[in-house]
Amino acid sequence: MWLWFYKLASPPYAYAIAARWRPWLLWSALILMVISAYGGLVLAPPDYQQKDAFRIMYVHVPSATLSLSVYVIMAVAAGIGLIWRIKLAHAVAAACAPIGAWFTVLALATGSIWGRPMWGTWWEWDPRLTSELIQLFLYLGYMALRSSFDDTQRADRAGAILAIVGVVNVPIVKYSVVWWNSLHQGPSISKLGAPSIASPMLWPLLLMMLAFMLYFAAVLCDRVRAEILRRERNASWLASVAAGT
Amino acid sequence: MVTLAEVSHSLSTTAGLEVRGLHLWRGERHLLRAVSFALQPGELLQVVGPNGAGKTSLLRCVAGLIEAESGEIQWQGAALRTNRDAFHRQLAYLGHINALKAELTALENLRYSVGMRRQVSLEQTQATLARLQIAHCADLPARSLSAGQKRRVALARVILSGASLWILDEPITNLDVDGIACVESCLAEHLQGGGSILTAAHQPLLEHHPQSRSLRLH
Amino acid sequence: MEPGLLQIVMLVVARELRLAVRHWDQVVQPLIFFVVVTTLFPLAISPSLSELRNIAPGVVWVAAMLASLLSLESLFRPDVEDGTMEQWALSGQPLALLLLAKTVTHWLLTGLPLVMMAPWMGTALGLPVSVWPVLAGSLALGTATLSILGAIGAALTVAVRRGSVLLALLVLPLEMPVLIFGARAVDLATHGEAVAGPLNLLAAMLLLCLALGPFAMSAAMRVSME
Repeated sequence: MWLWFYKLASPPYAYAIAARWRPWLLWSALILMVISAYGGLVLAPPDYQQKDAFRIMYVHVPSATLSLSVYVIMAVAAGIGLIWRIKLAHAVAAACAPIGAWFTVLALATGSIWGRPMWGTWWEWDPRLTSELIQLFLYLGYMALRSSFDDTQRADRAGAILAIVGVVNVPIVKYSVVWWNSLHQGPSISKLGAPSIASPMLWPLLLMMLAFMLYFAAVLCDRVRAEILRRERNASWLASVAAGT
Repeated sequence: MVTLAEVSHSLSTTAGLEVRGLHLWRGERHLLRAVSFALQPGELLQVVGPNGAGKTSLLRCVAGLIEAESGEIQWQGAALRTNRDAFHRQLAYLGHINALKAELTALENLRYSVGMRRQVSLEQTQATLARLQIAHCADLPARSLSAGQKRRVALARVILSGASLWILDEPITNLDVDGIACVESCLAEHLQGGGSILTAAHQPLLEHHPQSRSLRLH
Repeated sequence: MEPGLLQIVMLVVARELRLAVRHWDQVVQPLIFFVVVTTLFPLAISPSLSELRNIAPGVVWVAAMLASLLSLESLFRPDVEDGTMEQWALSGQPLALLLLAKTVTHWLLTGLPLVMMAPWMGTALGLPVSVWPVLAGSLALGTATLSILGAIGAALTVAVRRGSVLLALLVLPLEMPVLIFGARAVDLATHGEAVAGPLNLLAAMLLLCLALGPFAMSAAMRVSME
């Protein structure tokens, strides 16, 4: 187990593994996306209250879920890099940030599009959207801090500290925003992605979440490979890889 | 993997500082390549080399301000990484900058910086300032001191800290001929008392001292 | 003889106080900034107290948050630039404790005057005298939390040139829960409702920051000093 862990943590091995996994992850993600899109957009009946507008949740809910879980993955990777001094973990954390930020933007955009017919405005200070917005600020702060250091290793460690402080803060943000919102209005009738939804609507959603996760893993493979290339551009193993292909 | 030769070697040097196979990158540059040396009590090691050879980086690395990529630094037989605080209590570091607050007087500066390490009396502080020929500067704010006087106050901090290992980066910058002679006598006295010194300077320090060696970086 | 931890803390506090006396203008500036920013809102919105009363808790809190951020930008910078921080890091004493002592002293010098000033600004915006204790109490708990979060950000950005915008970008999102609970507590008090909940939450956040913050500060500072 430990041997495997150390082997994986070595850049040449990780570079090769990521290249091998990527097509499998990407193709299975695309196939699942097509299936669940068909299930969600064609097979599922329209919602009795929201009509066809609810269908945007098949993009919104997986993006919102990933925007949070990618941040946690990033913080865990950064923590591993900080504690055990594993460079690959830092590379994974650095690769996670832009992907997570894009999922957050996607969740915000789809939430806003959904809000137009439901609320009559493009933006409502709804707790979900507000905490999603703060989540985006956390990603932007992390990326801004990283890019302000010239030295990759210092960027890695400074970013790791911020990611860990941020991940401790995330549940506090969620809770405070919900509390803040509950003071101003009663429980909202028009929730996006309610927990009690009918099974013909539910299975495409769960499948779509799985597809999004696989897609994330595929993109992560690409980004980690790019990070490894950037960090190891002077290493001898890369020269032999380049010569071999 | 530790060979028998290494074990016996490290046993023989447990009293001092030992650096083995230090590698350091700064950005793109591989600055330190397998730097190794040992420093025994009573010895002075002077790091020499052209500008940009990594003298300051080596000193900061040994002091524990920079993390080395690979390599081992041992103090009294124990790895620095595991007993950093104990090592720092025996270390006095003088960097390029003097670590003096412009708004505080020389005495106040010394009280707050030396006070972190040990209690020293006012007489001791004043005697050290007198030894460095700056007794008259004691109550002047650091802002109004000349560059050489500031350097001497910073050296007074090193002397007063009571540390056994001194790491001095260009200690005689801005000092006049008298000042250099004065500092050299302080260094010799520290070596005499069983202390050790790691330094980087453009001009040789204590050139003819029997315990003085140099390490060349390229 | 080696000094004990308490002596070290007292030494840091004494040094900070002495420096503050010699640089009193830097202590007063955030306070003036707080007053000026608060003055902007009646000018921008309306001179009518009945209208201002509704937004007063938020205005005072946002102004306090910005004043705290402004003053924290220079919390560690002078010490890092003149080499004092290197000496602290090499002193063999716990750096987390030294940085916490410095931050707490900084709060006493800038946060506490702000807390005492806030009720006057609240009154000027139409808040009733009855909410003074809640306003001051929530700000006391809140600005202390802001100081610690801000100090982590300041330690992370101290080596970055022109790091003040970056500091705001890093720290403000982390501080949003403090703003929510603090401003809401004052808002609830103006409507005569119970405020124990948000005040307890503010106190809980302060304790969390006190317990974990110093370690984040010292780790960040060691990275910044490389």
